[in-house]
Amino acid sequence: MPETPSISREELAHLATLARIDLSDAELDHLAPQLSVILESVASISDVADDDIPPTSHALPLTNVFRADVVVPGLTAEEALSGAPEQEGQRFKVPRILGDEQ
Amino acid sequence: MNAPQVVSDLIRRTAAELADALAAGETTSVEVTQAHLDRIAAVDGDVHAFLVVDAEGALSQAAAADARRATGQAQSPLDGVPIAVKDVMATKGLPTTCGSRILEGWVPPYDATVVARLRAAGLPILGKTNMDEFAMGSSTEHSAYGPTRNPWDLSRIPGGSGGGSAAALAAYEAPLAIGTDTGGSIRQPGAVTGTVGVKPTYGGVSRYGLVSLANSLDQAGPVTRTVLDAALLHTVIGGHDPKDSTSIDAPLPDLVGAARRGAEGDLSGVRVGVVKELGGEGYQDGVLTRFQESVDLMVAAGAEVVEVSCPNFVHALATYYLILPAEASSNLARFDAMRYGLRVTPDGDPSAEDVMRATREAGFGDEVKRRIILGTYALSSGYYDAYYGQAQKVRTLITRDFEQAFQHADVLVSPTAPTTAFKLGEKVDDPLAMYLNDLATIPANLSGVPGISVPSGLADEDGLPAGVQILAPATADDRVYRVGAALEAALLQKWGGPLLDQARPLVGEVAQRPSRDQGASS
Repeated sequence: MPETPSISREELAHLATLARIDLSDAELDHLAPQLSVILESVASISDVADDDIPPTSHALPLTNVFRADVVVPGLTAEEALSGAPEQEGQRFKVPRILGDEQ
Repeated sequence: MNAPQVVSDLIRRTAAELADALAAGETTSVEVTQAHLDRIAAVDGDVHAFLVVDAEGALSQAAAADARRATGQAQSPLDGVPIAVKDVMATKGLPTTCGSRILEGWVPPYDATVVARLRAAGLPILGKTNMDEFAMGSSTEHSAYGPTRNPWDLSRIPGGSGGGSAAALAAYEAPLAIGTDTGGSIRQPGAVTGTVGVKPTYGGVSRYGLVSLANSLDQAGPVTRTVLDAALLHTVIGGHDPKDSTSIDAPLPDLVGAARRGAEGDLSGVRVGVVKELGGEGYQDGVLTRFQESVDLMVAAGAEVVEVSCPNFVHALATYYLILPAEASSNLARFDAMRYGLRVTPDGDPSAEDVMRATREAGFGDEVKRRIILGTYALSSGYYDAYYGQAQKVRTLITRDFEQAFQHADVLVSPTAPTTAFKLGEKVDDPLAMYLNDLATIPANLSGVPGISVPSGLADEDGLPAGVQILAPATADDRVYRVGAALEAALLQKWGGPLLDQARPLVGEVAQRPSRDQGASS
């Protein structure tokens, strides 16, 4: 298990970037200690289960679910675009996607 | 005819009574719907259970229901009985915000399956109810549109996340409502408002069109004032849906029959397990007293009571607060400012990612940010095995505890919430204190088993409602209805009427509440 279950201000800033949320300085100051407290309390389970316990990812056992490959009515383009912040020519209009570091 | 009295009578009836009156032609859906709209207009300024009220739509659906009734073509027993829907469900043509700024003004182009079934069954939709943002919370204080207030005491929380639905029932603003329960969001509001709430077996009610919080835990269900009403509503919304791959492909048990049988009051042969780990420290005295009284009433009704131990339940809260944020951080990635919802464009020449970051900062509240970041942490490399991986294993242990317990008992019981309603503001910036509200309700979500909360009475120290939770094995939802209805019947007899009759009248109350002997022993 990790040695110290806490989140520093710097780690929080990094996590916020991963989560695509800008955080103000005030939010960083406010949230970092709160997250550390939560983390400390949830870390208590890190050695509860032995290695041989299988993980449960879902409440009930599931198998693959198939349906017949038939055409069913869907949303019209107009309906699908009805909540778009911006649209153009029956498409979602988005800001530029090139130019960021990755 | 004295109009105010008629209105007051209509809003106080149960959904089952309204359905009977509609079937007998004693009233109309338009009258019933209008009575509830009037009630909303009178009290919702104080209660704030609703985010949107659709008077026009509800009345036109009501008129259609009356036309069907008039020609003997009712589409379900509840045809014409109005309902409120939690704002987490997509409703075509009606705004759906999930209590968040990021979805302010969004009008879904489609209906959730639950909503489609309500429409097909003829239930007029009164409006959308308030909730903690994206269902994250136990008080509705995390709603971006302001909290809902508890009708028992307007300075207190109505529970959460579905506080709006529960408060609407407790304030007689709706005879039925829909909630969703990821860690207790139907049951805990039920307990603190003196109403009934059911979390069905996971997969028992379709999640299609429900905005996901933690998709392996989320389950929609009925919010009502009586156990029978919950069974009637569950029967309308439940059952297999090909649009939800986790939907159970099997018929529902006879829930209405189970509730009616339970109401006869005989629990002979039923083994009731009291969960040792869900009580004691951290639970308010008055809540425990009412719980013990309920257990005694079940014994008096013929039940056999056993104590069961579920040792891993002590880890349920921690397990939940790893699994939920992990799933939520992934689910809420869809709010990216590109296809719907808020878009905030920073100055200069921002990229799509800049827009996403700025939008999510402005559009999400504190609790949502906390949980997304916690989930991002729990899923990040180096921590995944220690946190998320471990949580999934502990989930297995909790399920094994349930399996073990259900070998000795047909149902398990505990207090629903550890305390009665607390004051607004008391825990809003103390996440851990807020999380403790769901101590007793979370294990059921982790294992997918069904549960009901039934009012157990008023705690002696503060005179506020408490609830009893009844849990059953997966797909045996009929058991929670049978035992819940039996307990409800015994308590009604003891109180001399519904618990809600003991609530103080709200501002704008038109008629006198019926005066009843409250009973001396409690």
